[in-house]
Amino acid sequence: MEKRAVFQHRLLPYLLVMPQIVVTLVFFFWPASQAVRQSVLAEDPFGLTTRFVWAENFRGLLRDPDYLRAAGTTAVFSISVTALALASALLLAVMADRVIRGATVYRTLLIWPYAVAPAVAGVLWLFLFNPTVGIVSFALRQVGYRWNHLLNGGEAMLLVILAAAWKQVSYNFVFFLAGLSSIGRSVIEAAAIDGAGPARRFVAIVFPLLSPTVFFLVVVNVVYAFFDTFGIVHAVTGGGPAGATQILVFKVFRDGFVGFDLGRSAAQSVILMLVVIGLTVAQFRYLERRVHY
Amino acid sequence: MESFRVRGAGVVAVVVLLLLAAAPAAAETEITFWHAMGGALGEKVKEIAEAFNRSQSEYRVNAVYKGNYSETMTAAIAAFRARQQPHVVQVFEVGTATMMAARGAIKPVHALMAEAGEKFDPGAYLPAVTGYYTTADGKMLSLPFNSSTPVLYYNREAFKKAGLDPARPPRTWPELGAAATKLQAAGVPCGFTTDWQSWIQIENLSAWHDVPLATRANGFGGLDAELRINSPLHVKHVAQIAEWQKTKTFDYGGRRNEATAKFTSGECGMLTESSAGYAGIKRTARFDFGIGMLPYWPDVKGAPRNTIIGGASLWVMAGHTPQAYRGVARFFSYLSSPEVQADWHQFSGYLPITRAAWELTKRQGFYDRNPGTEVSILQMTGRAPTENSKGLRLGNFAQIRDVIDEELEAVWAGKKSARDALDAAVRRGNELLRQFERANR
Repeated sequence: MEKRAVFQHRLLPYLLVMPQIVVTLVFFFWPASQAVRQSVLAEDPFGLTTRFVWAENFRGLLRDPDYLRAAGTTAVFSISVTALALASALLLAVMADRVIRGATVYRTLLIWPYAVAPAVAGVLWLFLFNPTVGIVSFALRQVGYRWNHLLNGGEAMLLVILAAAWKQVSYNFVFFLAGLSSIGRSVIEAAAIDGAGPARRFVAIVFPLLSPTVFFLVVVNVVYAFFDTFGIVHAVTGGGPAGATQILVFKVFRDGFVGFDLGRSAAQSVILMLVVIGLTVAQFRYLERRVHY
Repeated sequence: MESFRVRGAGVVAVVVLLLLAAAPAAAETEITFWHAMGGALGEKVKEIAEAFNRSQSEYRVNAVYKGNYSETMTAAIAAFRARQQPHVVQVFEVGTATMMAARGAIKPVHALMAEAGEKFDPGAYLPAVTGYYTTADGKMLSLPFNSSTPVLYYNREAFKKAGLDPARPPRTWPELGAAATKLQAAGVPCGFTTDWQSWIQIENLSAWHDVPLATRANGFGGLDAELRINSPLHVKHVAQIAEWQKTKTFDYGGRRNEATAKFTSGECGMLTESSAGYAGIKRTARFDFGIGMLPYWPDVKGAPRNTIIGGASLWVMAGHTPQAYRGVARFFSYLSSPEVQADWHQFSGYLPITRAAWELTKRQGFYDRNPGTEVSILQMTGRAPTENSKGLRLGNFAQIRDVIDEELEAVWAGKKSARDALDAAVRRGNELLRQFERANR
């Protein structure tokens, strides 16, 4: 008689995935549906009067020059954060992979920033670059450059990008390091024997074999830059100066929780949700084709 | 397993004991008070609530810190939607129009006092303080709690070094400009800076010169008010500061109170900041400083009038029992008593809300011991408020302040002219006002 492990209970598999489904329903689908509902309503903050307004909130947003500007700011911000965080993490991972003595110390120190909360990371960078008392701005003053991100929008943008990317480098570093260690030594050694230098080995062998990791990290970093950077922007610039660092997720907060315009704020969340879903789908469809697993 | 059961029994016993211990307290009516006062001020609020609880046995005020002003207001609104609202919530002045428009969610203070049969004399309060929180016909909607007004802080030692009279702060903007230039000539890197630019350089500028900030009596007359902050006076003032920014005669420090550090570090010789910043400046500044009134433009007729307040007031929320409301009324009377008010005023630097508290502070010699602390009150009460200087009642005002901040930053950065920026602020601000009007029709 054949021996097979067959689960007799029909319900058991469902029961086992149930916790995950419940968590997703309660913490994702339910709030998302609430946002969709709120986005077609005009309501005072206390919920005393509610009107159904179809797509008026969305139409208003698309006509609002501030909103369109925030969308542009978000694009610049997300692309820069993703590129900077990925490039520096890759560089550090390749370096750390070659270190033999004290490797764990380097690795631990490089992973450390990930444990810092976004708002705290923001405040740390703010202290460094404070135009009056910051140590970096002091150093810049010594070489004749007057750093003032309170007035200069470009400098403010640079500062939030640096802070946001710095925080994400650790996360990327861990994945890159894991990816690197899974590349067979023999392949690299064979290339070395054939006379390929470190740079050539990286371009021809290491990077292509790392591409699944890169792909995964691009998706994660874009989502991070869209949503999780709120705390940094809030702490460092508050969206200023003159709206130069107002990214979409910060505008959602400001319109909803400072301005109490719940309908418009919810409409922005819905748009943001659609954009991220769209981006992720696009990344899987087009980027994934070029990835070697 | 055995030990688990034993521990479980222990927990039950402790809970029962706690319930028994809590039982006698249930006879008191509990009043929840959500506030936004962190740090030392929060401790003081707790102390006041506890003193009230000791003063009688019927009610128990439970003061809870809920985060900063926006967070506290958001929490109260969310709680109301979930029918879990506190009895009393502290709301910042720019939230006034939102609270007032929510008729079904609040209980006006004048109605609360009348229904509870609590003795209440609106005439006992300082009109310059309560005006912000009363209806157009003078009925008090919320109880002012912490109110301040902008004043000029100046570095006396830097003044001496620059050959300026340290006993005489500049009274007008041209005098301030001249003093700032002299300070710079004597080696001070920046002449003056400001905190809270929208509140001080736009809102208070209007009131101080008796010029409207918005139509319909700054919004007191109706929801259809429109901004008027692109008047010749506003444009001239902003253009002048922008001119000063070029030479660091003025240097921008940030939207909130970040510029205080520029003053206390000695980088800037003068600072316009809330009177409530006094305690902090006194603690950090390593030099002798003085306090003067907010400067004005001498060529404007009727200036200076009076400045307006910032800070917060206490709103009573709807949906509680008459018994609880009697307790709230009692607590408000206690808060308004001269002793409590005078103590709060002297401790925090916020304005007293009643004449009696002001008189008491004078008699106690507080102003003689702390020179300059009375400037704010004199500046607010020197002349009776007009409809331009009573306060503001504009919806979405927290967002309008953001708009003003953004546009001013563009001017300081040299990206826009004062005229263009203020025109843009009016246009964008009016859109926000219309949104509020539509939502609250």
